[in-house]
Amino acid sequence: MTALTVKRADGILTVQDMGRPGHLAQGLSRGGAMDRRALLEAAALLGARAPLAAIEMAGAGGQFSVDAPTRIALTGAPMSATLDGEALRWNATHLLQPGQLLQIRGARSGVYGYLTAAGGITSEPWLDSRATHLSIGIGTPLAAGDALPCGDDPAPERPAHGLAPESRFDGGTIRVVDGPHTALFDADVLEAFYATAFTRGPRGNRQGVQLAAEARFTTDHAKGLASDLIGPGDLQMTGDGVPYVLMAECQTVGGYPRIGTVLPADLPIVAQAAPGAMLRPRRVSLDEALAAARPEEAELRDLAGRCAPLVRDPATIHDLLSYQLVSGVTAGDDLDRG
Amino acid sequence: MTDTRALDPEVLPVGLDGYLVRFALTPEPAAMTAARRFATRIEEATPEGVVEIAAALVSVLVRFEPSVDRALLQTHLTGMAEEIVSGPLDLPAPTRRWTVPVAFGGEEGPQLAQAAKAAGLTVTQAVDEICAADLRVLTIGFAPGQPYIGLMPEHWNLPRMSELNPSVPAGALVVAVRQFVLFGAESATGWQQVGRAAFRTFVPERAEPMPLRGGDAIRFARATADEIARLSEDNDRMGGAQLEVLR
Repeated sequence: MTALTVKRADGILTVQDMGRPGHLAQGLSRGGAMDRRALLEAAALLGARAPLAAIEMAGAGGQFSVDAPTRIALTGAPMSATLDGEALRWNATHLLQPGQLLQIRGARSGVYGYLTAAGGITSEPWLDSRATHLSIGIGTPLAAGDALPCGDDPAPERPAHGLAPESRFDGGTIRVVDGPHTALFDADVLEAFYATAFTRGPRGNRQGVQLAAEARFTTDHAKGLASDLIGPGDLQMTGDGVPYVLMAECQTVGGYPRIGTVLPADLPIVAQAAPGAMLRPRRVSLDEALAAARPEEAELRDLAGRCAPLVRDPATIHDLLSYQLVSGVTAGDDLDRG
Repeated sequence: MTDTRALDPEVLPVGLDGYLVRFALTPEPAAMTAARRFATRIEEATPEGVVEIAAALVSVLVRFEPSVDRALLQTHLTGMAEEIVSGPLDLPAPTRRWTVPVAFGGEEGPQLAQAAKAAGLTVTQAVDEICAADLRVLTIGFAPGQPYIGLMPEHWNLPRMSELNPSVPAGALVVAVRQFVLFGAESATGWQQVGRAAFRTFVPERAEPMPLRGGDAIRFARATADEIARLSEDNDRMGGAQLEVLR
């Protein structure tokens, strides 16, 4: 076992994985990572076959150390990271040695960054998941001194890898399909909704994210609606016509009308939109959405194919002359350890 | 027998991997019965590729694997829903029944008297009716394990209060619109608190964190406040709730 210790927590840090699906009938939503793609990217970078439980860092990271050599992946919202003061590339893996200090500062863009150890966090699962679910008291935010058990790195010698992530950290277009309540909205309300450029509103957390605009989007049918099953991606209109996108920790049942559902592939854009980022909903047909959909397993395979060994630019290596550049045989991982 | 002529079930796509089978837009009793019958039927004969079934008050969500033939499943669900609304609309016989001790009135049910009065009953009559009612878990939601239980007779169709109860404790049994909610945690509510149970519907560390299931029969059993206090000391927080498996 490898311990990943939180020396300092600057953002809201929680353990997240792909959540616990399958309990809607008992009132429990899936939860899990806000930006699921970031966990897929981490798994791809680390050469893991499935996503690993990781530390989700909202807004900023903190300081971390390990007690055994382990690779880590840094994915999601790009944050300034250093290892013993040396700048680390984001969307890449790095080897962490005992005694080194990993520092992760605030997000340069986006909201949620992810720190994944190669062996994954192996804390005791609850209902087959290690995801912290803050709104129902499953787990708590991490604090300085917390030591998280992780699996040992199966291949610490594997060269560092990098990946160019799909851009999703400054808002963008979010594709929306109609849902069971779409027909409750008048055509002109739907038209106005899809013609609006929203900004990510000031209210938002792991349960939902507010879309801000001057216009309101109401329906006369909202009163008396029976509560219905809701889920991540649903675009719910509160009583005063302000849309919220429901996110990982949303409730399972809700009484507000929903204008549509954001495609799972575009939910990371919503999750990573910082307050003020522009979000433009685009209505797509179910056929178009299905044609574009990729199961997460397939996405992981695609991402793995796009990972490449990191080639360090000699200009950025300050102790270049200390490397054995010409002579001798090395283990081949000098640059990773550098 | 309930009038079923108004029910016009719809099978509507939900996201990319679900269908919602909806029997009404508003919480009509006939549609609640139909949704429960549908949920029971599809749980007993789950079509291949269906990965999750969850019932709300008047609708049932069916989630499926991406490999499923969507058109075929939609036709199948539509056929099932049509069959349900054309058949007798009684609640299906429950497969499980819970007996849940509840202390009524006093500090445990500060609004029992006003709720009874609104239902046109004395306090004793009200508690008798609550404990004699044939109740089911209609749906579970808003919090893990938290049940909506009903339906009481029509004279219990009490409106939600305009003034919120700012805080009812965990275990509060509250009533409105012919239904009860048994709160899992301290909450604000527009429903009236008539009693309190020691049974906690969501205890993460318990072997069964969320023991109730949609469709379970519920019988409330009168207990004293002292008994509820004593039952609250049980480690498993089942609060004396007893489960019978009926078939």
